Parts: sequence; structure tokens; C-alpha cells
Amino acid sequence: MNAGAQSNAFDLSHSTVRELNAALHGLKQGSNALFWRITHPGGLHAIAAGVDAPVTIEVDGPVGYYCGGMNKQATILVKGSAGVGVAENMMSGLVHVEGDASQAAGATAHGGSLIIDGNAAARCGISMKGIDIVVKGSVGHMSAFMAQAGTLTVFGDAGEALGDSIYEARLYVRGSVKSLGADCIEKEMRDEHKQQLFERFKLAGVDGQIDPSEFKRYGSARNLYHFHVDNASNY
Amino acid sequence: MCGIVGIFLKDKSLEPKLGEMLSSMLDVMCDRGPDSAGFAVYGAGEAGRVKLTLRGPEGYDFAALAEKLGSDVHLTERATHAVLSIPEAWEPDVRASLVKLAPEVTVVGAGARMELYKEVGLPTDVANRFKLAEMSGTHGIGHTRMATESAVTTNGAHPFSTGADQCLVHNGSLSNHRGVRRNLEREGVKIQTDNDSEVAAGYLTARMAQGRSLGEALEDSLNDLDGFYTFVVGTETGFGVLRDPIACKPAVMAETDEYVAFGSEYRALANLPGIENAKVWEPEPAKVYFWEREAA
Repeated sequence: MNAGAQSNAFDLSHSTVRELNAALHGLKQGSNALFWRITHPGGLHAIAAGVDAPVTIEVDGPVGYYCGGMNKQATILVKGSAGVGVAENMMSGLVHVEGDASQAAGATAHGGSLIIDGNAAARCGISMKGIDIVVKGSVGHMSAFMAQAGTLTVFGDAGEALGDSIYEARLYVRGSVKSLGADCIEKEMRDEHKQQLFERFKLAGVDGQIDPSEFKRYGSARNLYHFHVDNASNY
Repeated sequence: MCGIVGIFLKDKSLEPKLGEMLSSMLDVMCDRGPDSAGFAVYGAGEAGRVKLTLRGPEGYDFAALAEKLGSDVHLTERATHAVLSIPEAWEPDVRASLVKLAPEVTVVGAGARMELYKEVGLPTDVANRFKLAEMSGTHGIGHTRMATESAVTTNGAHPFSTGADQCLVHNGSLSNHRGVRRNLEREGVKIQTDNDSEVAAGYLTARMAQGRSLGEALEDSLNDLDGFYTFVVGTETGFGVLRDPIACKPAVMAETDEYVAFGSEYRALANLPGIENAKVWEPEPAKVYFWEREAA
């Protein structure tokens, strides 16, 4: 089926992001244009936002705001740093940033995976709804604020108020946590969690290199978001 | 919104290109602040002399004014601005004469090396008008303004300079600037405009006058200034960056062996030489970043 797979090059020093995204949005089901290479991104905003096709997109340098936003199905590799809101509201697929990411990485995302090789700044995974985020460096303050579902795995440290007002997401941090936000507590690391972490290591290509027991798990104390706190275990 | 940029050179051979680099950075930041722009450049200085940057009305005859001020006055005109180089000892007298002879002219900056230009208009046009691309220097900062809380006037444009060779650009808004202003005025610091950013500049000047270094003065401001801010500041030998504790306003930095650069967005840095191999990172909130040149 891949015999006719096409490779497409897009140079953003000559074309606009609008033209690029229009081409990506125009992909028909079963298209052979499976591989896209984008050169000279120059920190431009909204690169490969709103893609809904099983393609691989390689971006050859740093990107601006909202790269890979609303992504469905696509695999997006950023060979550089990413600006605010990378992979925000992603539904499925994979976004991999080889450098650092700015604030609100993976914000509100429902699904898919976001891997950041460097650090992520403040509010990483804010209001996340099912995405799996792996940050190989550290995350800034207010990360996983109001997180609802999914996992945030941090190999380094977490800044102030981690998991403030968290609902049900799982947070795994290997390093120090400056402070926990309201209703976020440390929780027991059981086998199922170690298994889940192991899956994340595989995703990030570091399985076998890190011991899951070096991580601590954080989650919701469930004292804030139900009016009847005593019934929390019934929900 | 506003855009701010700054560049600090470590490699002397890039100094002739400083203006060109700063100009390209301002150009990209036009869409963050299309109302007005300004920049400060730390260029060449002469021992025993001081440079005053003046701003006058459109078409002002700076040459005639310079002639009245004395024989040892070197004049460089750039559109609505002019730089007067005068013997250091003359500064108080020249300032006093300017008030009498040319009330329509404002001193926007002074120092051994700093020159400061700002004007209403699209940042690209402002930079071209002042021929920024032709300027050389060791470091410089710039600002593109999208006015949200006061009128689009040249007085509201950044950078602000409140001390010799000191300048500041600010993205954000301060919430306690009235109170800080009152305290500064009690200490004898003059703030000329109603602008909150000028208060921040005055605050740093006052701290440095008390013997604090730029880095220390920035540390102090974390306790005393309240609101949203990303500051980029320059002194004769220093270059500093500070973001408020919740990192409300965007910031990206890049460092190579040749330079340190700051931009509100990475786009502003994308055209710098060697950027593909630079260390690129987002400055952390409430952390002072500070570089100092060795004395020449």
C-alpha cells in the first residue's frame, strides 16, 4: 500500500503557513502524500495546525505558537524549540519536540502523545483531557492545572502549584516538585502505575534506561470537585 | 500586546552589524506593536565627552541650536532626533540652556555611549527613518508598541531612560506604579511621563544610584514592582532580562559564543547569524538574567 508513498517538501521562506495548512487540510483519505518535510519554519505560528490525516510531518527548525494544534492522526516532529501551545487541543497522533517548549504545551488536549525532549515552561498540560505528555526535562509552574484525564510524565522537576485543582489525570515526576496545587496530593505508586510509566518510557524511546520506581505519582485528593466529598469513592 | 527585543554582542567583529540585527528583529515584531517603536543603541563613546539624544518637532533646525550651545558641540542629526556630543563638564549648562533656548526639544537620553530614538509609526518605518541598520554598537534594545492604556504618542513609546546610559523596554503593565512613583519622587527621582514603564526605569535607576548593580536592582524589583512585566534593560556595560513571577508575557532567549539575544517571540530571532546552533530557551519567571561586558 505504501508503494506509491510520496514525499512532499514545503519551504516556508517561499510559501505561507496558510498555503501549507491548506495543502495538509486538503489531503483525501488514502492519499499517497504520506511524508511532509517543512523547511525554514522560522518560528512561524500555527504550523501544521488542524491536520486530520495519517501523515508524518517533519519540521526542520523552531516553530512559533500552536504548532500541531488540534492534531488528529498525524505524527509531527519539530527539530527545534516550540512556542506557546504546542499540540494544544490535540485529539490523536504524536507531536515530538526536540528542543524546549514554551507555555501551555498540550493544553486541553483530548488524546494523542506529546513528547518534549527539553524543558516545558509554565502551565504544561493545562486542562488536559486525555493526552499523554512526556517531558524529558522539567516543567514550569501551574502544570496540569485543572487536568482532567491523561498522563503527564516529567523526568526532571516540576515548578510551583503542580496539579492545581486537578480532576483525574495522573502525574509522574522523577525530580523535585516545588509545591503542589490545591487538591493535588502524592499517591501510592502501584504496579499498574509502574506499568503505565513503562509504556510512556517506550513511547519516548527510553524503555529499559529508567527505573519507574524513581518516580512519584501525584493526583487528585478529590476533595474539591464533588460537592459531597464523602461520596467521592462512589463516582 | 507589544514586542520587545534586545541583543548583546560578545564577539567584537559583529559590532558593525548590531544595527542591522536589531533592525531585522524590530521589523518582525511589527505585528505585535504597529503603533510606535523605539530603540537604544550603545555605540562608540569618546573619553571625557557625553552624548545627549534630543528629540524635536518635525523639521527642527538642530544645527542652529547646536551652534548656539558652543563651539565644542558635535552634532549628528537623524530625522526628528539629534545626538549632541559635548564635553562632560558642559552637561549641566547645556541642559539648562536647552530648557531656555529650545523648550520644544526634549532630552530623551544621555550617556557616554547610549543613543535613544523613538517615534510614532510602523516600527519598520521608524527604524528606517533613523537609519538603525547603519548603526554599530555593543548592545541594544528595542520595542514595538500596541497601546492599550494610554494614547499613541512619542512620549508613550519605549525605551525609557532615567539615568545616564540606562534604558528599559517593558511588555506588560504595572499595577502599583502610582505608589512606586510617589516613593521615588520623595527620593528625588523625576518621572516625566504618566507611563508605568518609566516608573520601572526610574526605580532601577534609583536602586543603582544607591550602589546596587543592575542585576541586584532587578532582584529588588521582584519585591517592589507588582503587575505583569517582561523587562529588557541596558546599562553602559550590562544587559539584563526579568519576567514577573507568573511569566505573563512571552519571552525567548538565544545564546551563542557571539551574542545573547532576546525576543518576545522566536520569530524575532530567526534571522540572526548562527541561530540554528544557538541555545534557545524560555527565561524562567522571577529569575534575573544578566550579562556584563568587560570594561574596554
